[in-house]
Amino acid sequence: MSEALLRLAGVHTHIGQYHILQGVDLTVPKGGLTVLLGRNGAGKTTTLRTIMGLWHASRGSVSFDGQDITRRATPDISCAGIAYVPENMGIFSDLTVRENLVLAARRGEPERARLDWIFGFFPALKKFWNQAAGTLSGGQKQMLAIARAIVEPRKLLLVDEPTKGLAPAIVQSLINAFRELKSTETTILLVEQNFNFVRSLGDSVAVMDDGRIVYSGPMAELAEDRHLQQRLLGLSLDAHQQRLP
Amino acid sequence: MSTTVQTIPAAEAPLPKLPADYKPLLLVPALALLALPLIGDFPAWVTLTVAGLAMGMMIFLMASGLTLVFGLMDVLNFGHGAFVAVGAFTATFVLLPMQNWLQVDSVVMNLAALGLAILLAMVVTGCLGWIFERVIIMPVYGQHLKQILITMGGLIVAEQLIHVVWGPDQIPLPLPASFRGAIILGEAAVEKYRLIAVAVGLAVFIAMSLVLNRTKIGLLIRAGVENGEMVEALGYRIRRLFVGVFVAGSALAGLGGVMWGLYKEVLTAAMGSEIMVPVFIVIIIGGLGSVGGCFIGALLVALMANYTGFLVPKVALASNILLMVAILLWRPQGLYPVAKR
Ligand SMILES: Nc1ncnc2c1ncn2[C@@H]1O[C@H](COP(=O)(O)OP(=O)(O)OP(=O)(O)O)[C@@H](O)[C@H]1O
Ligand SMILES: [Mg+2]
Repeated sequence: MSEALLRLAGVHTHIGQYHILQGVDLTVPKGGLTVLLGRNGAGKTTTLRTIMGLWHASRGSVSFDGQDITRRATPDISCAGIAYVPENMGIFSDLTVRENLVLAARRGEPERARLDWIFGFFPALKKFWNQAAGTLSGGQKQMLAIARAIVEPRKLLLVDEPTKGLAPAIVQSLINAFRELKSTETTILLVEQNFNFVRSLGDSVAVMDDGRIVYSGPMAELAEDRHLQQRLLGLSLDAHQQRLP
Repeated sequence: MSTTVQTIPAAEAPLPKLPADYKPLLLVPALALLALPLIGDFPAWVTLTVAGLAMGMMIFLMASGLTLVFGLMDVLNFGHGAFVAVGAFTATFVLLPMQNWLQVDSVVMNLAALGLAILLAMVVTGCLGWIFERVIIMPVYGQHLKQILITMGGLIVAEQLIHVVWGPDQIPLPLPASFRGAIILGEAAVEKYRLIAVAVGLAVFIAMSLVLNRTKIGLLIRAGVENGEMVEALGYRIRRLFVGVFVAGSALAGLGGVMWGLYKEVLTAAMGSEIMVPVFIVIIIGGLGSVGGCFIGALLVALMANYTGFLVPKVALASNILLMVAILLWRPQGLYPVAKR
């Protein structure tokens, strides 16, 4: 496996008095798509927020691209090259689609060619360009949230459950978008509960439970081993079976 | 990376748009029209309406910074009135020595003296705001109860310092000669200074709208009011933005203080704390964090105060509370609720 772009070593995170992450060891290799699976409340969102510096690790370390970012502030972590699509999407509903993307482009205005590339898989964004983002549908908001993360090239993309509550057709367009992104060598850490959505996308996979990583390895290995799937993901796999896109 | 604004589809920034939700906008003319038959006398109604608009604009100047400060960092600053009072008193450093410039009937000389006084007041209150943020607000981020107590303490200290610097007596502040008197429109008399206050308030509102809608800083402020965490995750330091807004809001409160002081033509150390009740009503009516709502709220509150002051002076004070209750029954989050994460 290629070198690690992101590495969490023994990360503990407390939220108030609660001890949520209890020694997370996670490696995201450069260039691929890593999937982070786990049931509700396992600590996936907390892991992403800890990487972004939105919560701070009380123990352990987070290193990114050769630098220790454990104690850095969120804007610095973002500027180091990590883009974040939060679980609630975090779009600015009072701003237009265009204005949302302008803010995401730190170098100034978004580059035209890059926008055309994004419009290629998210045409709705072009259509509603000057419309307030709050008026978009749930799926379109998710597209905007992802577009905002990729409007300029970043080294690592953190995406938290992008398919949550979306119709199959939209899920399909997200799959296409992630395929496109993979072809640009962007490294992606994707949190998902929908195993069928990620089994064909992921290169490697980690499974979380109770604030720890309980399995990690190549996706192919998990995809072929139904017993392992059953053991690690039992419940969530059944729950999502009918959502096969 | 030579691409610029022009290459982006429909990149022409839209004009500062009126809120798509126009209903609250209609409240201002509706209130004015409702008052007309009650007052009965057209000239008196014109006078009261212009007075209300002028007062509303001044309250807007004092309230606009406060609403953004709350929206951006959830900071409740009960000490904001200090900037109003300090602004007005600071202006006397220029206005009193330059009395002869103010009392000659020359618009240019009057404006020069007044402009200088306003500039000084805004610089001083802006600097004071910066210090206030560092010393008083920063240690209590995220702790509302402490914010209320410590910012109220800050206001009391500021009032005492005004006594120390400017003495215990109230200071008369006569209007510049060319702003005195009234213009007669038909049978209605409209005081010149009120028209000036309306013009200044409108100019500040338009400038603020342009900044908030057309510049990246403005977009960041609007985005930060809605979801500060996401602004940080995009790589911007919300704290710097907040300090900038705090300083600008303090300077605007200083401007409002000078305008307000000239309107009353007398300065008291308590003028800042006195105006804070209507200011808080205005930002609650408008929707915490919304500049447009603050503008409409300020006009409504001031018109209401003037009309009821004329019609039933006894309920003048209560009328604004009633107005607030009525509006919150209609829209519990204020006229323009700000979406929060
Ligand atoms: N702000 C908070 N305060 C207290 N506890 C929290 C907070 N946020 C999360 N938790 C707790 O931390 C644990 C992990 O939450 P987290 O959101 O990371 O899970 P998750 O794996 O993302 O779950 P989901 O699939 O439901 O999104 C949960 O038990 C949750 O209740
Ligand atoms: Mg989650």
